Amino acid sequence: MNFSTIRTYFTDTQNAAPLAVFRILFGILMLWSIVRFAVNGWISKLYIEPQFFFSYYGFEWVQPLGEWTYIIFAVCGLSALFVAIGFKYRISIVIFFLSFTYIELMDKTTYLNHYYFISVLAFLLCWLPAHSYGAPGAGRKKAGRVPYYTVGAVKLLVGLVYFYAGLAKLNSDWLLQAQPLATWLPGRTDLPLLGSFLDQTWVAYFFSWAGAAFDLSAPFLLLYRRTRSWTYAVVVLFHILTWLLFPIGMFPFIMIGAALIFFPGAWHERVWQRLAPSRWLPATAGRTPQAERGTFGLRPNVLPGAVIGFLLLGQLVLPWRYLAQPGELFWHEEGFRFSWRVMLMEKAGYAQFWLENPRNGRRQAVQNHHFLTAFQEKQMSFQPDMMREYAQLLARHYRQSKNWDTVAVYADVYVALNGRPSRRYVKPEVDLTQVSSAAEMLLPFDDTITGL
Amino acid sequence: MLGCRLFVLIKNVIMKKFALLLLTTILFWGCTDDGPSGPSADDFDREAILENWADNLIIPSFSNFSESTGQLHSSAETFAADPTQQNLESLRESWESSYLAFQHVSMFEMGLAMQIRYRDYLNIYPTDTEEIENSIQSGSYNLELPSLTDSQGFPALDYLLHGIGQNDTEILSYYTSDNNAENYRTYLTDLTERIDALTDQVLVSWTSGFRDEFVNNSGNGANSSLDMMVNDYIFYYEKNLRAGKIGIPAGVFSGNPLSSHVEAYYSNGFSKALFNEALTASINFFNGIHFNTDTNGQSLDDYLDYLNTMKEGADLTESINNQFELARDESEALNPDFAAQVLSNNTLMLSTYDELQKNVVNLKVDMLQALNINVDYVDADGD
Repeated sequence: MNFSTIRTYFTDTQNAAPLAVFRILFGILMLWSIVRFAVNGWISKLYIEPQFFFSYYGFEWVQPLGEWTYIIFAVCGLSALFVAIGFKYRISIVIFFLSFTYIELMDKTTYLNHYYFISVLAFLLCWLPAHSYGAPGAGRKKAGRVPYYTVGAVKLLVGLVYFYAGLAKLNSDWLLQAQPLATWLPGRTDLPLLGSFLDQTWVAYFFSWAGAAFDLSAPFLLLYRRTRSWTYAVVVLFHILTWLLFPIGMFPFIMIGAALIFFPGAWHERVWQRLAPSRWLPATAGRTPQAERGTFGLRPNVLPGAVIGFLLLGQLVLPWRYLAQPGELFWHEEGFRFSWRVMLMEKAGYAQFWLENPRNGRRQAVQNHHFLTAFQEKQMSFQPDMMREYAQLLARHYRQSKNWDTVAVYADVYVALNGRPSRRYVKPEVDLTQVSSAAEMLLPFDDTITGL
Repeated sequence: MLGCRLFVLIKNVIMKKFALLLLTTILFWGCTDDGPSGPSADDFDREAILENWADNLIIPSFSNFSESTGQLHSSAETFAADPTQQNLESLRESWESSYLAFQHVSMFEMGLAMQIRYRDYLNIYPTDTEEIENSIQSGSYNLELPSLTDSQGFPALDYLLHGIGQNDTEILSYYTSDNNAENYRTYLTDLTERIDALTDQVLVSWTSGFRDEFVNNSGNGANSSLDMMVNDYIFYYEKNLRAGKIGIPAGVFSGNPLSSHVEAYYSNGFSKALFNEALTASINFFNGIHFNTDTNGQSLDDYLDYLNTMKEGADLTESINNQFELARDESEALNPDFAAQVLSNNTLMLSTYDELQKNVVNLKVDMLQALNINVDYVDADGD
């Protein structure tokens, strides 16, 4: 590859239909996600009822807004709808990205890789001319043209999620012990027909190996015309299966929709014209996307191209940051988030916190439910950064409300990982208000998981 | 709502279709491959656990308890009609045996019991003596009010039978010569009547329909009987047994011992007997031992053993049972009256707490993980 091919990637154009279909499905699924979230009562349960929220480093200022939190969700849902329609697309997608990301930053407890995926996708979409087809003001008869890199960027991101999720599975627990599937699958024996096989050992191994092989190969097989259709059928099968087996919400549908980006423009156009009768959209001519007109006086595509380039580069590098941390990643979890480690481990813990007043030696146990919801307690009980934040909360509370002059916080924590017996996790003699990393507070893992 | 139903319907249809497709694939794969094969699915039957719990533990325990509450109420009526020393003593005996029998049903807070907050109405302690006296003085009270849970049930009876006066003569005087003697007698029988009536309701709900509902709900979602019962059991063990009976009086959560927070505080050293009975009930539930017999039926121990043969992990059943015994051994030396114990030598109380605590980890972390049960139903997505 030389410079001119790279330039071609930016200057040559392709059919805009894949991007438009992607935008429409994305908008619809996001609207559906938000409505589902509200209908399940989760807005109140997760963001209004708790007294305390776990923050991401640097984003402590992102907090739920009490009853106004509903407004954030409403704005998020409405902007998703506008994105789907293509109405005021640029503003809508920026609002969607901001509101959705705000929601995700409100409480670390609810972190999910697929929420993060949505934030990254939404950010990417802010820079793409995804409204140059199938949107008010855009051509309806024939798809417009968009630069190659715009569709390519989405393909790369979607493919990267699969591939990195596959790489993460290349470890001894997943491949040699079939964990955590050997723990999870026997719990679903109530499924009709399929269920009766799920507590057999070979099924866990089959699913583990097949899952890893699928994740690693899917992005490549989707790129080639000969293998694309069949691979897509497997994509659908795979995601429906995970939807049936695990409580993973909207993620399967998002991936089923996202993988359509690999199909060529002509295919999308055909489907589009069959699905959307021409009377739905105003009959105006196609228009030149923003990206081709240039932004801030720069040459066309330079700014969006640069931003997207940095985003994708970051995505390629970020999942490897755990290599900078000694010790077992699954144990200390420093660098576990934001790296497409999806459905990768079964980890649970129990955390009993102790408060000590060093002045008089008074020591008492904490009832976690006085401070945290059941869900927050569950998530905190095996994640060291959340334990530290909780310890700070406890110390603050006892200094301010109970007038203790100083507070030391210790914890008896036991954690079980991927079917291993539980073992002590946090050093019982460490005052958790005085530490700032997992390395300072955790006992060693005492076992080895080889692989990535 | 319609959307939700439609969604569930579609999900079910797809589930069946896919199951069929996958079944074919897997059958094909299974026939052609000599890969490792675990025990057959037929080896374990979760419904058998539910059946054993319902038919041999829950319903017999409630029947037995219901008999005892009937006896308690009739003793109270006898005493109210004729408040003599002898009738007071036999009422106390009924109270003791009924309170012991209660330890075998307290953990089964599901179905109707959960709806009516059965355990709260029967056993919230420390009881609110001021509220009891107010109710008696005014003569007007509605025991169905949630605000009055702490002035009824066994702890309120404990106060009325043991704590209201310095000695038996003084206690009797409240029911005979006091200005409000009639109110005292009425309040007493109102309490026993309510315990009896609530228990009857719960027992009837189990025998008339809920038993089948419970046993048939043998799937493994968060709303399945097994998941809910296991969560109830662990909740009971952690909050009511470990914390309520030992930890709170020992001052684990407050920094200093709270002798007045022991169960059966006013009685003459009955708290340890109640604790022992509750521990026995917890052990029996885990092992599926039929109520009042030595017969060992299907329960969590068998399920763990079965899953263990698949994973060749540590023997969790053995660890849990050993830890139960260690807790029992540690508690042997405790004074029959825990209130006296926390005042004289709280260290012993704290060490019993520590032994009980270790099994919270075994049950809540290791067992839940092995059984793939979510702690306290949290219906959020995962990924």
